[in-house]
Amino acid sequence: MIRVELPQHLRNLAQVGVEVQIEVPGAVTQRSVLDALEARYPMLRGTIRDQVTLQRRPFLRFFACEEDLSHEPPDAPLPAAVASGKEPLIILGAIAGG
Amino acid sequence: MSKVRVLVGTRKGAFILTADGKRQNWEVSGPHFAGWELYHLKGSPADPNRIYASQSSGWFGQLVQRSKDGGKTWEPVGNKFAYDGVPGTHQWYDGTPHPWEFKRVWHFEPSLNDPDTVYAGIEDAGIFRTTDGGQNWQELPGLRGHGSGPRWQPGAGGLCLHTIILDPSNPKRMFIAISAAGAFRTDDGGATWRPINRGLKSQYIPDPNAEVGHCVHHVAMHPSRPGVLFMQKHWDVMRSDDAGDNWREISGNLPTDFGFVIDVHAHEPETLYVVPIKSDSENFVHEGKLRVYRSRTGGNEWEALTKGLPQRDCYVNVLRDAMAVDSLDSCGVYFGTTGGQVYASADAGDTWNAIVRDLPAVLSVEVQTLS
Repeated sequence: MIRVELPQHLRNLAQVGVEVQIEVPGAVTQRSVLDALEARYPMLRGTIRDQVTLQRRPFLRFFACEEDLSHEPPDAPLPAAVASGKEPLIILGAIAGG
Repeated sequence: MSKVRVLVGTRKGAFILTADGKRQNWEVSGPHFAGWELYHLKGSPADPNRIYASQSSGWFGQLVQRSKDGGKTWEPVGNKFAYDGVPGTHQWYDGTPHPWEFKRVWHFEPSLNDPDTVYAGIEDAGIFRTTDGGQNWQELPGLRGHGSGPRWQPGAGGLCLHTIILDPSNPKRMFIAISAAGAFRTDDGGATWRPINRGLKSQYIPDPNAEVGHCVHHVAMHPSRPGVLFMQKHWDVMRSDDAGDNWREISGNLPTDFGFVIDVHAHEPETLYVVPIKSDSENFVHEGKLRVYRSRTGGNEWEALTKGLPQRDCYVNVLRDAMAVDSLDSCGVYFGTTGGQVYASADAGDTWNAIVRDLPAVLSVEVQTLS
């Protein structure tokens, strides 16, 4: 199971706790994790990445294993600790705005 | 007994205000979607318990929420607004071509007779429609595909389609307005559109007969006279008696004719309401006084309505979708301010009371009259 941490507003939207666990078939990448996350929680579609361009929303970042993975290619493998479920993929809202 | 339900969108959530027909004692529900921007909420005329809400955020993009029980519970529905075909470009602020990019929904206009059909006005300007209660949205591409599309340029608030008016006497006719492209009309159900901006004068446009480029802030219509339109333009209050083919100014004795809202009395189609704002560089009410101006003559002659409204040290704005009227026998008028107040008048504007005073900045106000 892949662990994903969501920011507060998306937890409220999906009606889940801080962390969700999802099955991800095949290679564990940003794209495959987000595909699985959106399939399990359709209300999250469009909130993390644009539905048309699939670009990450500018004020969201992806972290794991104390690394900023936001600019990694969407099909690059995530760290082994994320793929094994030891560490979560953290989706973080930027500290910006009011 | 009749009651009213006021739907308030703010910078940090939605609020629902309800009262009986006396409109004196109010219940406040909310914040719904706390922390999100609610640009607009509107109920279906065909089923008042069906309400659509535009929920958005700079972090998480656009969501569409639907309620089937008058706003007690909500469910997220479809939020994919994909332009039809290759979007092309409009003009950017510096005059260069800029690709069309979806940013948010400014306005929902539910069908007059089908609760599953809703029109959405979006930024960058386009009009979308759902016929399945919000699950799927399709663009009506004839509007953006109008030949003038590549020349549309955003106003300071963005290239937003903020006004959608359905003609109750002709299901094929709709009016829309875009900042800062102008007003448009379709007579074939949205397949084709034409600009209806003749008579508008905008000093920043060199061409006095410019087909597009006018910063229309809002348009209002009385349902009994669908050929008569009233417009609050960036500057100037305007009127058309031929469905937008020609406009004439009706600013008359207003202290300033800059503003955002305009609305029409529910039972008197020649009674109008505006809230003059000092200027486009000082977006607050004139002279520190919050005054609604009413014309009972279809424009030109205006009276200040001040009873119950602050008449000193007031520096709020009233945004374009933040005024509405109910249809009770004594017409109620409602508006919200950027200072977080929602004011109501149960006597057509003669006297006012604040329903709430300390909400986040109000973006939109709609009212439902319920039996």
